[in-house]
Amino acid sequence: MTAYLVRRVLAVIPVMLVVVTVVFLLIHLIPGDPVAVILGPDATPSQIEATRAQLGLDRPLYEQLGAFYVRVLRGDLGRSYFLNRPVTQALWERAEPTSLLTLSALLVAIAIGVPSGLIAGASPGSAWDRVLMLAALLGVCVPGFWLSLNFIYFFAVRLGWLPAGGYASVFVDPWAALRYMALPAVSLGFNQSALIARIARSCMLEVLQQDYIRTARAKGLSQGVVIVGHAFRNAMVPVVTVIGITTAVLIGGAVVTEIVFNIPGLGRLIISAILRRDYPVVQGVVLVTAAAYVLVNLVVDVLYVVIDPRIRYD
Amino acid sequence: MTEPGRSTWLQRLARNRSVVAGLALLLAVVLAAAFAGVVATHDPARLDPPKRLLPPSVEHYLGTDEFGRDVWSLVVHGSRVSLLVGLTTMLLTSLGGVVIGLAAGYGRRLDLVLMRVMDGLMAFPAILLAIALMAARGPGVGNVIFALSVVYTPRTAMLIRSTVLGIRDLDYVHAARALGRRDLAIAARHILPNCVGPLLVQGSFIFAYAILAEAILGFLGVGVPPYVPSWGNVIAGGKNVIREAFWVSLFPGLALTLSGLGLNLLGDGLRDTLDPRLRVP
Repeated sequence: MTAYLVRRVLAVIPVMLVVVTVVFLLIHLIPGDPVAVILGPDATPSQIEATRAQLGLDRPLYEQLGAFYVRVLRGDLGRSYFLNRPVTQALWERAEPTSLLTLSALLVAIAIGVPSGLIAGASPGSAWDRVLMLAALLGVCVPGFWLSLNFIYFFAVRLGWLPAGGYASVFVDPWAALRYMALPAVSLGFNQSALIARIARSCMLEVLQQDYIRTARAKGLSQGVVIVGHAFRNAMVPVVTVIGITTAVLIGGAVVTEIVFNIPGLGRLIISAILRRDYPVVQGVVLVTAAAYVLVNLVVDVLYVVIDPRIRYD
Repeated sequence: MTEPGRSTWLQRLARNRSVVAGLALLLAVVLAAAFAGVVATHDPARLDPPKRLLPPSVEHYLGTDEFGRDVWSLVVHGSRVSLLVGLTTMLLTSLGGVVIGLAAGYGRRLDLVLMRVMDGLMAFPAILLAIALMAARGPGVGNVIFALSVVYTPRTAMLIRSTVLGIRDLDYVHAARALGRRDLAIAARHILPNCVGPLLVQGSFIFAYAILAEAILGFLGVGVPPYVPSWGNVIAGGKNVIREAFWVSLFPGLALTLSGLGLNLLGDGLRDTLDPRLRVP
């Protein structure tokens, strides 16, 4: 198991090398002269030259890349042109809303998805199965950001039950935080709950065909005991991996949901940075979310080994 | 096992309810896009401020937006952008995926490098990578297609690679090599045909993702320029007036959902028909 863990942790290195390289190359994808684009039409040639030197864009590409790696390793992501502070500080200030939103949406997705999938999978072809899977199919296709808007219209504008947008920190005012977070978390989590439900169902179906389930039934155990005692834990193993993928999708979705609900997180940060051509911030947000994704997947892979001992001998 | 004849799998597809329902929905969108000029009741670009935010009526089937534009006509014309982006992205990712997947599955030395790069690209949340690429390239249909192709090609490449790895060492491929066929000929004659099924399935899902992602980029204001009628742009406009006029964002979103549903049904049906073992995450 230790060997597996070491290998798994080391596998992060090449992935992060590619991630950092892609983030670095973003600046070079800007059409024309990136410095002229960053400074806008009013910049003088001497300003352009000064900024070019300051950003290191006058050096050869491989040298720039090397310098970028060194900076990132030191935790230096540059300075935001507009916020006038280090990018890492700006990211840190905005990380809380995004993390909380992702986490609450994940809880929603699991709370809806896992039971629905297991119920549907436990009695394939039943009315429950059909209704739940139809709902899941629709759930996969409904765009999350559009669902958010409909939720705002229905629950905030028409019924007035919940705020249409905004944010309160859970560490300051938990009740207000819950009210603000309810609609964003449900609309973001709903899509993924549909995906989890579909996977959980197929895992359940597969597990229920195994010999040990037949044995349990032959022993005369009731359906409930077979499902809860024998099938559930085994069906959950692949579901855990899906939850890892889900978290990654949720991080991306959170960015969009924040715009709809006016939540001051990384999503609002990157969109306003794009409008101001504040590229270090754009790079920082992308780098940090990708790193979060890689980390989540690492954790999931480790959990996978803990839940399913068979994988240790792979 | 004998190869089932052409008519057989067509018949199987025609019997699959998911495929038929999915194709029907897709056909509706394609017809709307093709005959947008006829189907639309108004000029989607015409601003008519006195008629802003009118609710759905006989004159304006789906109401009007904050500039007095006819929402029905916007939705009909918006299907063109969606289909253009979806179809082109699907074709480009298939092409890129086949080239990279074949190279990786076939050339063992290339495999390691290519797959690490693909892993790295897939480590970004898809929509964030697309946003970042749009941030660098700027708004425009071409850039949306470029960004989404970069984002989704690795997924197809991985799929093609694993398909190739499954076939590469089968006896008939060895036989072809023993007969003196060259690598490229073997890839074209014996490997590629086996990738068509997975590619079709994956293609329908990527089509669906691309349409959705295009709308999200438009909604965020980093996709196609705001003056182009696209579903994402209209929904973005509707967000600002949601208190007074829910219909502005409701109907383009519905069109988006139905297109996604059609493509997902098609993909599910194709998967069940062409290869029941295939699973696309």
